[in-house]
Amino acid sequence: MSETTTPTSNAPAPEAPLTRSPSTTPWRKTRTAKLLASRDAITIYALVAFLIYASISIPRFASPVTTGFLLLDVIPVLLIAMPMTLIIITGEIDLSVASIAGLTSATMGVLWAGGMNIWLVLAVSVLVGVACGMFNGFLIAVLGLPSLAVTIGTLALFRGLALVTIGDNAVANFPKPLTAFFTSKLGATGIPTVMIGVLVVIIAFGVLLHFTPFGRGLFGMGYSKEAAAFVGIKVARSKFWLYVASGAVSALAGIFWTLRYTSARSDNATGLELAVIAAVLLGGVSIFGGKGSILGVLAGVLLIGSLNYALRLGRVSDVVLITVTGLLLILSVVAPSIGSAIRGWRHTRRVRRSTEP
Amino acid sequence: MQQTDSTRSGPLREEPALTLIHAAKTFGPVVALADGTIEILPGEIHALVGENGAGKSTLVKILAGLHRPDSGDFRVAGESVQFRSVGDSKEAKISVIYQEPTLFPDLSVAENIFIGRQPKGRFGLISRSAMVKEAARLFERLGVPIDPTRIAEGLSIADQQIIEIAKAISLDAKVLVMDEPTAALSGVEVDRLFAVARSLREKGTGILFISHRFEEVFELCDRITVMRDGRYIATHQTVDVTVEEIVKEMVGRDIGALFPKTEAEIGGVVLEVEQLSRAGVFKDISFQVRSGEIVALAGLVGAGRTEVARAVFGIDPYDAGAITFEGRRLKARDPQASITAGMGFVPEDRRKQGLVMELSVARNVTLTLRNKFTTAGLINGAAERRAAKHWSERLHVKTGSLEHPVSTLSGGNQQKVVLAKWLATEPRLLIIDEPTRGIDVGTKSEVHRLISELAGRGIAILMISSELPEVLGMADKVLVMREGQITAELNRADANPESIMHAATSTAGGTP
Repeated sequence: MSETTTPTSNAPAPEAPLTRSPSTTPWRKTRTAKLLASRDAITIYALVAFLIYASISIPRFASPVTTGFLLLDVIPVLLIAMPMTLIIITGEIDLSVASIAGLTSATMGVLWAGGMNIWLVLAVSVLVGVACGMFNGFLIAVLGLPSLAVTIGTLALFRGLALVTIGDNAVANFPKPLTAFFTSKLGATGIPTVMIGVLVVIIAFGVLLHFTPFGRGLFGMGYSKEAAAFVGIKVARSKFWLYVASGAVSALAGIFWTLRYTSARSDNATGLELAVIAAVLLGGVSIFGGKGSILGVLAGVLLIGSLNYALRLGRVSDVVLITVTGLLLILSVVAPSIGSAIRGWRHTRRVRRSTEP
Repeated sequence: MQQTDSTRSGPLREEPALTLIHAAKTFGPVVALADGTIEILPGEIHALVGENGAGKSTLVKILAGLHRPDSGDFRVAGESVQFRSVGDSKEAKISVIYQEPTLFPDLSVAENIFIGRQPKGRFGLISRSAMVKEAARLFERLGVPIDPTRIAEGLSIADQQIIEIAKAISLDAKVLVMDEPTAALSGVEVDRLFAVARSLREKGTGILFISHRFEEVFELCDRITVMRDGRYIATHQTVDVTVEEIVKEMVGRDIGALFPKTEAEIGGVVLEVEQLSRAGVFKDISFQVRSGEIVALAGLVGAGRTEVARAVFGIDPYDAGAITFEGRRLKARDPQASITAGMGFVPEDRRKQGLVMELSVARNVTLTLRNKFTTAGLINGAAERRAAKHWSERLHVKTGSLEHPVSTLSGGNQQKVVLAKWLATEPRLLIIDEPTRGIDVGTKSEVHRLISELAGRGIAILMISSELPEVLGMADKVLVMREGQITAELNRADANPESIMHAATSTAGGTP
């Protein structure tokens, strides 16, 4: 291959009078500046600012107890937000995640109550999530149906299946050591032990999105599926596996939910998809696809989580919490457009001024 | 639609239908238009020529009311105007027809013509019959048989343009701006468009015609205005100038050979296509491309050339036949396998297929290299950036920064980015679909020189082109397609405009 063109060969560049190009600006300068003003960075600033504010002004906020409960609260959102980030970057969406978690929970309850070995129960539950994801993936990637319609459908379908599976019952007698493990903390830090596993999931998705050819392809797909196909990105296949991953991780979230609250019910995690999508968008992922990062989403999840927790400490009712989540969701979608409108306006003004004699 | 403007004529000289003098427009640091000047008389066809980036599109957008000029004098029929919106421009009886018209596909032809101003019948409801009757009358006037009741979806681009023209007439347009209307048309369709343009000229409409094709400009237009680097250069009566003079003014210098093909050593077979067929699209396509050889696929638009190339590359499936690359069977429907084997594809639609417009220049260049710079499955960012920088510099991509979205570049520079991203994969075969579509003359010859140079290094090139001079200038071998079949295989010596056009249009099918 190298005999045709070697990068180091002094290219016999044809003398091109029209296009002398002295202009490939250095990377460094602009990159750092850009990084500090990026959408992710802004979410992180907001998170830090809020944590500082809350620690000072809300009594009882800055304590290991807070860390523990806050993290336990956000873990399901954090988990599901990972595949959701990748899916939204490709320009699709998965609304069925909370229902998959619910179906997993119901499955766990029935199997455990039926006397199956607990490890087998966990394995089967994850497989249920994978199957749900494959079903979504088949309809969206293979048949090419719009993900919004498909996953609204499966949102209802999977929740319905959960109800069929377990009915109105709740199974609560899971093995004590297991449920204890799920609420245990790492020493005096207040950090839940399961965070280690969650961290592994986060890092896996972060690396997948930002440091692998597959992840690179997702950004390309998010902007233009056709152009992506032309560089050999397997659009349908990528999408299919993303939905499978989403199903599997939603199952993990469902297992966590069940064991943390020691209760397998059909309505577990209801409405969780709203929190996940709000956090992902708040974290700077563009709902139109093509833009976003795991770091930003991490900050987004923690920001919504700690905001909710602080409000709850202040005895604010759940109704208000949902309202706040909804507002944040709208804000995170609207803010970038307002931002770019302002930038555009300032830009034209500057140009006007500079062109006036 | 009454046409009464034949009465408007001055004693000495006609009042221009439209004048724009010294119009300027900047976008940030970019000066899109430094001196836009144009005068369109009623009843003339006025050509506007210039390289890409010469400011033609900006000028058109000012006329269309999409951009407001920062300065300059703009008059329509002698009255000073300032357009705030597209509506203002329409009000002033200016109609702009773009290269690819945007009709509503699900509405009928008549509804498309009268969109937003449907004739009302009884009870203030839309009168479909009045609309259809009126549309039929317009088509009759234009001499084109289009059924006003059919839906717009599936109409050819040529027919869509005619519909846009009909719409302009129904709006009583005094000035008609046509922005590269012939780029996607076949010969017959161009002739029909010209006939329509001439009949409008007779009725006193001023037409601004923008084209890269000099034959058309010289055949159709009364006057020619040349622009370069955002500035007005000159206006000529067509009869007073030659193509060479115009080209010289456009580029501000003599360009030597337009197609500097250098002889390359032709080696072994790189790509072999045997009996490739896809029902209803192409049939029994067989050819070879050797290393260092430039093979051109010529033919009319719609002959199935792009479809063959897409199937070879693996974007589309095929029903029968075989593709062998360097002696190995190539997997069908798998672009990644083709890329890995050593194939590259520069598609015809830069914006939709060649580039991810919102991504940076660097990311676009390295999109094909995703799998190349990886250690243990992870991308090596530094190596990737080095490659992006190397290839963009090597192809002289003009950009402020490699981090800028590729959408901010000019058409010619975008095409260089597409080429860069494929050259970076170090391919043994490059398929190039319409290498210079919509590219200015200067960059065009640069692209040709580059293709020629690649062939010189032993890369096999399969080029699809609708421009005969390009085919004749570049190709070692010309395959002519007609209605999904190869009708002629011509060597460089045998290829000439007549032999190619004959094979592209003759009814005698079958491979020779």
